[in-house]
Amino acid sequence: MASDDTADDRATNAGLDATKSSADVIIRFRDVHKAFGARKVLAGLNLEVHRGETFCIMGPSGCGKSVTLRHVIGLLKQDSGLVEVEGNDMSKISRKELREMRSRMGYVFQEAALLNWLTAGANVALPLRETTTLSEAEIERKVREKLELVRVPDAYEKLPSELSGGMKKRVGLARALITDPELILYDEPTAGLDPEISSSINHLIRELADRLHVTGLVVTHHIGCIKTVGDRVGLLDGGVLKYVSTPAEFLASQEPRLVQFLGDRLD
Amino acid sequence: MISVFTAFLADIGYLLDLLVQVVLRFGAIVKRRALILEQLWQAGIKVVHVVLLVGVFIGMIVSLQTGLELARFGQQDQIGTIVAISMCREMGPFITATILAATVGSALAAEIGTMAVSEELSALEVMSIDRIALLVMPRVIALAIMCPLLTVLCDAVGIVGGGFVADSQLNVGLSLYWDSVIDALQDTNFFLELPKDVYSGLFKSFCFGAIVAVISCGAGLRATAGALGVGNATRKAVRDSIIAIIVANYFMSWLFFQA
Repeated sequence: MASDDTADDRATNAGLDATKSSADVIIRFRDVHKAFGARKVLAGLNLEVHRGETFCIMGPSGCGKSVTLRHVIGLLKQDSGLVEVEGNDMSKISRKELREMRSRMGYVFQEAALLNWLTAGANVALPLRETTTLSEAEIERKVREKLELVRVPDAYEKLPSELSGGMKKRVGLARALITDPELILYDEPTAGLDPEISSSINHLIRELADRLHVTGLVVTHHIGCIKTVGDRVGLLDGGVLKYVSTPAEFLASQEPRLVQFLGDRLD
Repeated sequence: MISVFTAFLADIGYLLDLLVQVVLRFGAIVKRRALILEQLWQAGIKVVHVVLLVGVFIGMIVSLQTGLELARFGQQDQIGTIVAISMCREMGPFITATILAATVGSALAAEIGTMAVSEELSALEVMSIDRIALLVMPRVIALAIMCPLLTVLCDAVGIVGGGFVADSQLNVGLSLYWDSVIDALQDTNFFLELPKDVYSGLFKSFCFGAIVAVISCGAGLRATAGALGVGNATRKAVRDSIIAIIVANYFMSWLFFQA
């Protein structure tokens, strides 16, 4: 970014929106730094995700997109800076509070991360069986409802090894939805899928956001994903978030770095 | 050198902490009974044939090697004593635990390691599911139960194998061999009305089963870096389990027979 940017420009470019009140902000990163050994991954990351929106993070491989998601769900702790989720400082949160917070979040893993020894139905049911006192009948009803929602109703009895890549992603999404979360984190939801399946997953994510009013933070490489899914998008580059805007503005931008990054993908 | 020593201490500390975490979750045994039964099947029934085969040949080897030496002094009638004591005190528990480390322990490390590198463990964590209660505790209990049961089988077939060699190759009659086996296992000078050689061996087996499970699960839980990491975890699980079995064996033998 140019050094003569105004403060507002910098804030906007870093994903901060002065017009939104604190109550609207569900995820807030302030000057977050994270390094693994000598390798700096996040170098002063600023980010705000507002309640009800779907925010997409793009960026080159290894730039820290998944690391950002892992900070939100408490799998990683920052070296310095502030990470707040629903107003809770994630570096000071107790185990009990973290468990409660996670029960209101869903996480869709890049490779779905289904337990191979459980059927798809049992995978989706797992959070309910382990953390609630619901009856088996009630659990089965909810699991079938979520599998129907993500359009894989026939997967209930199947093992993950019997599912295609797209079906695994959908089952992973159903598992993330089973606790009716307020916030869903998507780690490369369309990675490794063919364009047709990718498109259907993207539309499914958008549909869920519209129907269930769930806040989403999506990490992706795919332009199709940000076009369909995103309300806002930013580029994570050099450990900071840049060029935050709507997908249309983002894709039309003539910023040299964005043009360079998006060039091949736009073609 | 210092870093190796600190890594070793950190490893021991991690495994002791894991063992404590497992013990603290014993209250969930009833809830996890299906998983424990599944692990009993995996850890026990599926390796019975290996234990039986190895056990019978170990008994035959002990019988043959000691019998040949005893024959030089005209003491062949003591073969049964030596085979029974060595099988029950040492060979049975050690061989069974080693088989479990090589078969079940390696499989545990690979299974949990694969879960670690494919983010399944992270998925459990973000769902607030206790992975120690779900994955580790049932496996530790299953191996701690199954190792002594398999040791009984190993002892029994080893003694039978030893009798076969004594009778067929060393000209010691089966009745004489069997009498010396019974005599050798009469020592009950402890608080249990059981042969001390048997229950000391079974106690060791119980500990060996838990040791193999904790070390193997610990190696799997800490696996990183894809297939290579899973391979390293598996190798570490088997290597560390066998070392720990041997070291623990010495101290428990000392406790039972020397202290």
